[in-house]
Amino acid sequence: MNLTLKIWRQKNAASPGGFETHEARDVSPDMSFLEMLDMVNERLIAAGQEPFVFDSDCREGICGTCSLVINGVPHGGRKGTTVCQLHMRHFQDGQTITIEPWRARAFPLVKDLIVDRTAFDRIMLAGGFISVNTGNAPEANALPVSKEIADLAMDAAACIGCGACVAVCKNASAMLFVAAKVSHLNYLPQGRAEKDRRVKNMVAQMDQEGFGNCTVTGSCEAVCPKEINLDFIAKMNRDYAVAVVKGELKANSGGGVG
Amino acid sequence: MNLDAKIPPGPLAQKWDRYKSNMKLVSPANKRKFDVIVVGTGLSGAAAAATLAELGYQVKAFCFQDTPRRAHSIAAQGGINAAKNYQNDGDSIFRLFYDTIKGGDFRAREANVFRLAQVSASIIDQCAAQGVPFAREYGGTLTNRSFGGAQVSRTFYARGQTGQQLLLGAYQAMCRQISLGNIHMFPRTEMLDLVVVDGAARGIVVRNLVTGDISLHSADAVVLATGGYANVFFLSTNAIGCNVTATYRAYKQGAFFANPCYTQIHPTCIPVSGDYQAKLTLMSESLRNDGRVWVPKRKEDCDKEPAAVPEAERDYYLERKYPSYGNLAPRDIASRAAKEVCDAGRGVGPGGRGVYLDLSNAIQRLGENTIRDRYGNLFDMYERITGENAYRQPMRIYPAVHYTMGGTWVDYGLMSTLPGLFIIGEANFSDHGANRLGASGLMQGLADGYFILPYTVGNYFASTKPEKIPVGHAGFKKAEEDVRQFTRRLLSINGKRSATSFHKELGKLMWENCGMARTRQSLETNLKHIPELREEFWKNVRVTGSGEELNQNLEHAGRVADFLEFAELLCLDALHREESCGGHFRGEHQTEDGEARRDDTNFAYVAAWEFKGADKKPELHKEPLVYEEVHMATRSYK
Repeated sequence: MNLTLKIWRQKNAASPGGFETHEARDVSPDMSFLEMLDMVNERLIAAGQEPFVFDSDCREGICGTCSLVINGVPHGGRKGTTVCQLHMRHFQDGQTITIEPWRARAFPLVKDLIVDRTAFDRIMLAGGFISVNTGNAPEANALPVSKEIADLAMDAAACIGCGACVAVCKNASAMLFVAAKVSHLNYLPQGRAEKDRRVKNMVAQMDQEGFGNCTVTGSCEAVCPKEINLDFIAKMNRDYAVAVVKGELKANSGGGVG
Repeated sequence: MNLDAKIPPGPLAQKWDRYKSNMKLVSPANKRKFDVIVVGTGLSGAAAAATLAELGYQVKAFCFQDTPRRAHSIAAQGGINAAKNYQNDGDSIFRLFYDTIKGGDFRAREANVFRLAQVSASIIDQCAAQGVPFAREYGGTLTNRSFGGAQVSRTFYARGQTGQQLLLGAYQAMCRQISLGNIHMFPRTEMLDLVVVDGAARGIVVRNLVTGDISLHSADAVVLATGGYANVFFLSTNAIGCNVTATYRAYKQGAFFANPCYTQIHPTCIPVSGDYQAKLTLMSESLRNDGRVWVPKRKEDCDKEPAAVPEAERDYYLERKYPSYGNLAPRDIASRAAKEVCDAGRGVGPGGRGVYLDLSNAIQRLGENTIRDRYGNLFDMYERITGENAYRQPMRIYPAVHYTMGGTWVDYGLMSTLPGLFIIGEANFSDHGANRLGASGLMQGLADGYFILPYTVGNYFASTKPEKIPVGHAGFKKAEEDVRQFTRRLLSINGKRSATSFHKELGKLMWENCGMARTRQSLETNLKHIPELREEFWKNVRVTGSGEELNQNLEHAGRVADFLEFAELLCLDALHREESCGGHFRGEHQTEDGEARRDDTNFAYVAAWEFKGADKKPELHKEPLVYEEVHMATRSYK
């Protein structure tokens, strides 16, 4: 099939950007969307023009690198599908397709279709872990975790950190990403000790990064390629409220015996 | 040069404990004086960076991805082995060790593999404590599944995303150390050369992939955790960015490269659909727990709908040929068996390059819901890529390049022939011999990163006390100039062909002549064509843009340039190894019924290649494989 592509071109964050129109001819329906873009880029190189840069790596929907807004929808709008696994059989011959980067203040543009998502890493640094050094661990079966809780934690942990939730949100809120990590670790007994500080610190960092507030429209859940449930946001709000009500716990005596 | 693996003396089961008892220690107060560079943040790199930082070393970590959480370990689906014997089915450290040695076709180093099996149980403990959501029973204990090459259930898993969850565990441990200031993280940064001063590895040259800035980093030890080289075949299950550059450039600086011809072809991948394809996708081996592999008995039935082929007309060839392991035969054997039936004209799907992986019996027996619970994400992925519903019709699968057992030669302490250069995870050669068993890659990555390297690096520091080398040292300046020169050269050719077109052509040569089966003739063809292709590359490649910006075209061209040299080394190794073992199958060396014929008299050694200069033949060094505990037997899964 033949397609018309309107692709975002922008040299860097400081330069203005705009759409460029390119024709994609002889596209096979079995191609993935990114393979179609690879083909366009190969033709640009052959013609002595600059190819478009876009992020991708595993191309099997798990690394979370790919990040394109296709016809206004992050990852292109197929349920539970990243753009690297979106195939051209879902498009029609003659169609015009717009291709843009994630757009959010907290994800500054790097070049063309690539944005900087290190804000997510900084939120993780604020508490997205369980503090256990290598060698500290007890025998794994010494701490039973019910199947229901393990499954819930796994549902939340399935997040690939792609940022589609932010890209689709009218407020550019990162609540679904943060809630997924908070829920994964806070549901598990292993994560309980740091439950309160984790949720407070991660939320504070999220605010500091300039992500918007959540107004529970649910668009994040709709585009999430891993179908992370909106319920996790409710879980995080609950954990956050509890943590705030508890306030800071402090021991009265200072220091140890040494 | 004498290859000394420095294996500790004493009985096999006591070697690692002896090493730990006798190694030199760095005191807690002195650890912060040592700098360690870790390149690559997959399972082994992230685990090592986090653990070294927890111990108190100053760590700099580098990855080419935009965040360490995206390294390709994340794509591992099926699971991780550990000798926990939770299933009470007779598993033990010895059995895991023996299965791994046997699975590797007796071409791995015995002492390393035993240590791997020993630390495997601690890995599960560590990951569970980090919050990795392993699958569990209702009672709350961990559950297991079976994998190829084993007759016990020892594989731990997190749905079909075990690699993702283990990597996130290691990444989160890294996040904690980054927040504490113990790790300095450099994302979107690619290592372009190793700096060697006075014969020891002392730093690296890197390129910032966003700005194009070249910078120098000095350290007391350099750890490469940069994965395998499967992308030398262009089409593989590896990520687009996976490359051989770090280990290949270390090879050119003097680190011997071992057994490059040991490449693994995974039996269960989605078949190639067209020449536009950028990569292949794996369907986890765990599907073989419940799936049966078959093709029609008669060629005439190959074009029929699978349901139209009656049971009696189906050839369940793995069950037929290997009755005791059946569909769980090891990867190399299952792959070759698929090739064999397709070569005989009984393949299915486009081009006849496919076999059925059929779960209909299991769906009938256990119900669709149970199968969905076990493999739902794999079925979904299959449908996204092929447009077919595998609950209604069998999957079509075909082997694809997946993993590389060869890698930089390391001693028992995971140090290469260059002092101060450590290689971990898939990037080294040591634990899988000529074939890796399923669910052992994750095990080895984490064993190296969490439980082995952090000890052996300390021992190196305490026994050598390296002096600090500033990045102003002439060795650093020379390496920087070489890198700049390499980049300038790529940009100045301005030829007619893209780097991708060269990569594809190389991949085709490798797959056809050095893939699932190799012969002297096919390898000699490659040894003739690869240098020609390389010559053309350096005359006719077109790299657009400049070096002072984000330039994916330039990044890829640099990686392809290294693949074009490395491929020759791989073929040379495959040519010299006149035997069939594991993933290395030489057509000349097979039994009458088509099984691999190993030659223990002449080839029971590790082939470690030394770079002797551009356009010179590398020199072969041999490390004999001496088995103290196990007897080298002909591998049989019948």
